[in-house]
Amino acid sequence: MAKDAKAYAKRIAAQNNAATGVLTLIVAFICVVLVAIIAYILINGFGKLVDINFLTGDPEQFKAGGGIGPELFNSFYLLVLTLVISVPISLGAAIYLSEYAPQNRITAAVKTVIEALSSLPSIVVGLFGFLFFVLQMGWGFSIISGALALTMFNLPILVRVIQQALEAIPDDQREGGLALGASRWETTIHVLMPAALPAIITGIILSAGRVFGEAAALIYTAGQSAPSLDFTNFDLSSPSCPWNIFRPAETLAVHIWKINSEGVVPDLEMVSNGTAAVLMVCILLFNLLARFFGRMASKKVSPE
Amino acid sequence: MVEASLQGFMGSGSRDVEEPVAHSIKMAVKDLDLYYGDFHALHGINMDIPENQITAFIGPSGCGKSTLLRTLNRMNDMVNGCRIEGSVTLDGEEIYGKEMDVNLLRKRIGMVFQKANPFPMSVYDNVAFGPRTHGTKDKASLDQIVETALRKAAIFDEVKDRLKDSALALSGGQQQRLCIARALAVEPDVLLMDEATSALDPLSTSRIEELAVELKKDYTVVMVTHNMQQAARVSDKCAYFLLGDLVEFDDTEKLFSNPSDKRTEDYITGRFG
Repeated sequence: MAKDAKAYAKRIAAQNNAATGVLTLIVAFICVVLVAIIAYILINGFGKLVDINFLTGDPEQFKAGGGIGPELFNSFYLLVLTLVISVPISLGAAIYLSEYAPQNRITAAVKTVIEALSSLPSIVVGLFGFLFFVLQMGWGFSIISGALALTMFNLPILVRVIQQALEAIPDDQREGGLALGASRWETTIHVLMPAALPAIITGIILSAGRVFGEAAALIYTAGQSAPSLDFTNFDLSSPSCPWNIFRPAETLAVHIWKINSEGVVPDLEMVSNGTAAVLMVCILLFNLLARFFGRMASKKVSPE
Repeated sequence: MVEASLQGFMGSGSRDVEEPVAHSIKMAVKDLDLYYGDFHALHGINMDIPENQITAFIGPSGCGKSTLLRTLNRMNDMVNGCRIEGSVTLDGEEIYGKEMDVNLLRKRIGMVFQKANPFPMSVYDNVAFGPRTHGTKDKASLDQIVETALRKAAIFDEVKDRLKDSALALSGGQQQRLCIARALAVEPDVLLMDEATSALDPLSTSRIEELAVELKKDYTVVMVTHNMQQAARVSDKCAYFLLGDLVEFDDTEKLFSNPSDKRTEDYITGRFG
């Protein structure tokens, strides 16, 4: 009897050790692969990554030594525009869905549709943007077409993130606000939003990383050309004015795709590696920022 | 038998002998039926809640006592499929009437919940939340309101040096008293307490009980408790609920010493529930 129990305990312990070992191996494998990829990209692109002429210069069509200045600016400009459009809309939609919408079949259907949309292939979004914004609306390959396509791509993700952040707040907070005679809106804005802010900020910045690295949705909307930019030009109709939202704007991710598929510059491998490294660094920064701001905001709402 | 068990509940001499003063009726519930979808949760409740008294609702879980409490400030409005028939009045005014603004109603009827629910903001901002919502912006008035409310809730001395600290850093008992202060800051007439001490240790519980007795001078207090001793210790009127029926509603002393319904007697003597 005692022997049986001992054997049993031994077997369980062995099982436990085996499971721990296998799980550790899986995680270690994933970490090694990730670190290897990041290291490979950074090492290959390192020369360009620290070259100020590469980071600020204009791309070359045929000669070596082209830079990615306009692409770098375009990526950030498109990102900011996309967030300016998509954050307010998704905030409104998420607040409605989590705080106001009655629980019925229609809202359940809306939630399902949003989940489906958040996994919509970005090339489909890009082609829709091409047909609608570029051709139908007549905006051509432009920043505004690209920003709207990215908004379509980003909206469902943001709505879900914000909705989940709001739904994670316990009901006693809502009741607390309402019981003081605050309206549902006041309760949402002054009680729920501050409490949900850390998760919302983290979600927005992480989605910004995805938008920043997006290529397929932009190839057919923001275009594949990057006119050289003149930062002293404030004529909003000029293609060289950086702020003109109707000019074509190739981004870093699209640049990588383009030079690899149709580039003829002799140093295209260097340029491609350098661009990839810059993109990588930016996205890593977004992730670090997300952690940093998320922590800052949650420090404000919870004791240390 | 009942007399004997009463001694245990009431303690000896812990209760002030009050001369019978007629208290005017603060809230009146008339022929109230409440349904959650098809479930008939409250059956024809009639009850007059006296002003400046503590009225306690007791009864086993699921008897409808919390449900009734939450109809008094219309917190059931948020519940899907909840339907109410009958009448509830505050100072003679129908609270389910068309002219009643639910936010103003809740300003007049404050509520404290089972689990302390301070907002994730500073102690000061928690208490100032209500007055700010209702339009007080002036810093000096807010300071005054916050201090008064914290004093009334008997927590000012403990938090006066940490008004800017997060309310979540307070202990459970302090958080609950902070929630009482937050409710008092909007100057309600009635204070509803929904099992407000059930998550607290005995010391914090007795502080809140003392506070409730103190508060009835200025407010009408209605409390739900699953703790019969608590109802016996602090309340003036007591209502016993069972399966959605109001079985008995009487002076607390009478209800605990000489219940007129057999079911009440079974419950308070511990033969049931």
